[in-house]
Amino acid sequence: MIKAVMMMNTQGKPRLAKFYDFMTVEKQQELIRGVFSVLCSRPENVSSFLEIDSLFGPDSRLVYKHYATLYFVLVFDGSENELAMLDLIQVLVETLDKCFSNVCELDIVFNYSKMHAVLDEIVFGGQIRSCLKRDFTCPEVCFRVARPIASKLA
Amino acid sequence: MNPFSSGTRLRDMIRSIRACKTAAEERAVVRKECADIRASINENDPHDRHRNLAKLMFIHMLGYPTHFGQMECLKLIASPGFPEKRIGYLGLMLLLDERQEVLMLVTNSLKQDLNHTNQYVVGLALCALGNICSAEMARDLAPEVERLIQFRDPNIRKKAALCSTRIVRKVPDLAENFVNAAASLLKEKHHGVLITGVQLCYELCTINDEALEYFRKKCTEGLIKTLRDITNSAYQPEYDVAGITDPFLHIRLLRLLRVIGHGDADASDLMTDILAQVATKTESNKNAGNAVLYECVETIMAIEDTSSLRVLAINILGRFLSNRDNNIRYVALNMLMKAIAFDDQAVQRHRVTILECVKDPDASIRKRALELVSLLVNENNVKQLTKELIDYLEISDEDFKEDLSAKICFIVEKFSPEKIWYIDQMLKVLSEAGKFVKDDVWHALIVVISNASELHGYTVRALYKAVIYSEQETLVRVAIWCIGEYGDLLVNNVGMLGNEDPMTVTECDAVDVIEDAITRHSSDMTTKAMALIALLKLSSRFPSISERIKDIIVKQKGSLLLEMQQRAIEFNSIVDRHKNIRSSLVERMPVLDEATFNVRRAGSFPASASTMAKPSVSLPNGVEKPAAPPLVDLLDMDSDDIMSAPSSSGADFLQDLLGVVDLGSSSAQSGATQAPKAGTDLLLDILSIGTPSPAQNSTSSIDLLSTADVNKNPSNVLDAISSPAPPHIATTASAGMFDLLDGLSPSPSKEATNGPAYPPIVAYESSSLKIEFSFSKAPGKPQTTNVQATFINLSPNIFTDFIFQAAVPKFLQLHLDPASGNTLPASGNITQSLRVNNSQHGKKSLVMRMRVGYKLNGKDVLEEGQINNFPRGL
Repeated sequence: MIKAVMMMNTQGKPRLAKFYDFMTVEKQQELIRGVFSVLCSRPENVSSFLEIDSLFGPDSRLVYKHYATLYFVLVFDGSENELAMLDLIQVLVETLDKCFSNVCELDIVFNYSKMHAVLDEIVFGGQIRSCLKRDFTCPEVCFRVARPIASKLA
Repeated sequence: MNPFSSGTRLRDMIRSIRACKTAAEERAVVRKECADIRASINENDPHDRHRNLAKLMFIHMLGYPTHFGQMECLKLIASPGFPEKRIGYLGLMLLLDERQEVLMLVTNSLKQDLNHTNQYVVGLALCALGNICSAEMARDLAPEVERLIQFRDPNIRKKAALCSTRIVRKVPDLAENFVNAAASLLKEKHHGVLITGVQLCYELCTINDEALEYFRKKCTEGLIKTLRDITNSAYQPEYDVAGITDPFLHIRLLRLLRVIGHGDADASDLMTDILAQVATKTESNKNAGNAVLYECVETIMAIEDTSSLRVLAINILGRFLSNRDNNIRYVALNMLMKAIAFDDQAVQRHRVTILECVKDPDASIRKRALELVSLLVNENNVKQLTKELIDYLEISDEDFKEDLSAKICFIVEKFSPEKIWYIDQMLKVLSEAGKFVKDDVWHALIVVISNASELHGYTVRALYKAVIYSEQETLVRVAIWCIGEYGDLLVNNVGMLGNEDPMTVTECDAVDVIEDAITRHSSDMTTKAMALIALLKLSSRFPSISERIKDIIVKQKGSLLLEMQQRAIEFNSIVDRHKNIRSSLVERMPVLDEATFNVRRAGSFPASASTMAKPSVSLPNGVEKPAAPPLVDLLDMDSDDIMSAPSSSGADFLQDLLGVVDLGSSSAQSGATQAPKAGTDLLLDILSIGTPSPAQNSTSSIDLLSTADVNKNPSNVLDAISSPAPPHIATTASAGMFDLLDGLSPSPSKEATNGPAYPPIVAYESSSLKIEFSFSKAPGKPQTTNVQATFINLSPNIFTDFIFQAAVPKFLQLHLDPASGNTLPASGNITQSLRVNNSQHGKKSLVMRMRVGYKLNGKDVLEEGQINNFPRGL
């Protein structure tokens, strides 16, 4: 199961954080800071996997990717395939790229709720929901289709 | 419109937060925004609601409290419009959690929305439920979700399936309701729905055995067919990720097959073909392909015995190891570590590649590879592997040397085929990375050296050669210890081995090495103290240059370290005035008992106990000797009570060892008047390695050679120095005898302690026996209490084989010194000292359970009791 999805910039500011196990706000911030301090001290060209039992409890792994000014981080337990998680980050980034056409940090900052909608399409309650390209457009479709219906309902 | 709620838009707020230069500014902006939002919430204006909540979510992400917005979520969810609901549910997922009572209120809204006519609203509700569902909600809403699994729209089916996963995880009892629905999902053609169905099945299988049995019977063949179809399917652009058709579905299917095949030979048999096909056909030049291969390998390892497949799987991992991608090497090493349990031989074949990974630039890969190598070592390949590792030790990064040297030492100790090889390898490690070597490792080396009498000459010469080129602290220590002990063998080239080159070392050269060590600034206290003892020993072994040695010792009289100063003074007086006893005093150490040392080592290092203290203790030279079982039992530190039995044989041993007792008995008395110094004496501690006293082994974890303790407690040393009649005998002897005399002298005189005085107590009294305890504390160690126990025989008979045992709870540590005797004459007494270390000093008071055993007219008598009346504050 996926335990958390985080995006943070290279200064350690959280840009998106979603925890699939309950955490208090303080704990969340502590974890974000902890993860960042580990990541920013990692040299280039090393593997993307980390065992971070100290932060997330036993059998926790972390996979991250560094894109421009952002770190994309997934935290998960032993039941997930590490390499697949790495692909999942790639899928997430590609999807965002499609939604925002050339995504950058600012898009993520200002489209907070949309980010969550996209994320919910891909990871659902800690499970991978769908990674098919055909489905990637789904949130977009959702917004376009749903708006008129919603206004009708109202 | 309210002037306060006119507020900023979300975008403006983000902009102003981003513009903040300091954390204080940011806090100020957030505080102002929060105040505005609160005001606006009080206004209860529905138009501002979703904007407020969007802001709150952003503020929440930055780590500020947002609980005041929780009710707003509920209001938004209850509102009819889709955009409001969307923000409301998003807020619900982020700001609330399953533990909050507010959540109870939302169940009804969720129920309505799950039955909503608009499927997008249903989707939102499912999504929220899947993220925050609590056990109560799961019970309430399970029927709705179950119905939605059959919904016409695939998106809803997907969400409902995943939502069910969460529900059955929260409430495993509900699993059986979902089994049929899950089985129907496996027949789906739509990949997106299929993947969620497989996930639901996996979850059901892991939590419910009946479900597992059901899927095993009904669905195994279907799953295999599905996997075969997608593996063989032609290129499908919509499902394609890097040339692999839907790798995520592949992975989920393989994982479900793993659970089904595990522990069931028939099902495993069915899936071997398809697994072989996936393992051989999958393209491995992209990450997606490797992810599928990796999952396939894991499934092959987990299902029932198919040895040919396992070889195939391990070969895939071997290929991974030579992959350029760090991530793939990393997972391969992890997996090989698990695989080694199934098929050691197959993994051994990749030894060379694994060794290459030890030299990887990536630290986490190195660490894993090293771990794996240490699992691969056996008697046959130990020499080759150790050579490779030691060669690499020379060029590795500084920060990796610690791990590497620790592993090499572990391997060498565990698998060494012969002592000479062991000594050679340890010398190499010590010369390369001596400063990272743990104390117990070089202590063990000294024990092994002292046991290999035919290698003494060879070892001391090799150490001499090594120490000239390397200043590594632990190497220097071992070298000076050996030169001190075996200096004569070094100078005279005694015991040459066949392949050794003769070398000329003069007595002066040998002393030079020790002088270097004692004058070097980087040497620490322990090294210097060992050097002093070595000098003392050499002064007797090299009579021709004893004047020079004396000069070096005299120089240390000015040392700033009190321990050094005291030793220098005492040793000097031995060299000067006690020539007649010197040679017997500094005789070569008796052979240190390996078995005792190992048991002791295992006891004092519980972390490494798993490797060392098996029922039969593995000795460094590779010979297995069964350790005495009672000893091991005593050392079982995990047991609630630690029973420690003193043994008088320890005292006898010391008596034998110190044949000088009679010579220095007068001065020994003066030594005995000193306050006891716990763990201060270097030589004594080395000597006590050989003392087969279980009492010492079990309770005290006195660090070998831990002279540093003395610095914490300088007053003792000062007392000793300033006492009017300085002890003329070396502390080596006096402190050694102290243990003996402590028990022997009928009324041991002790210096008054600085701490508060505690009244003596009667710890136990029966018709025939009375036990009295008196207490004292060493200054500066409030948690340690010295207890003097006096056993008084109240009966008219003689007790023989008298033994006193005590047990204490975990927060206490108990050390029993040998008793003054084991025979208790009528109305006579025996004394025994105990040392109790209270780790909860000030919080808990002492408590002890005790047992006394003795023979009365040849019959065994056992008396037991609990001692609760210790004075408070001990």
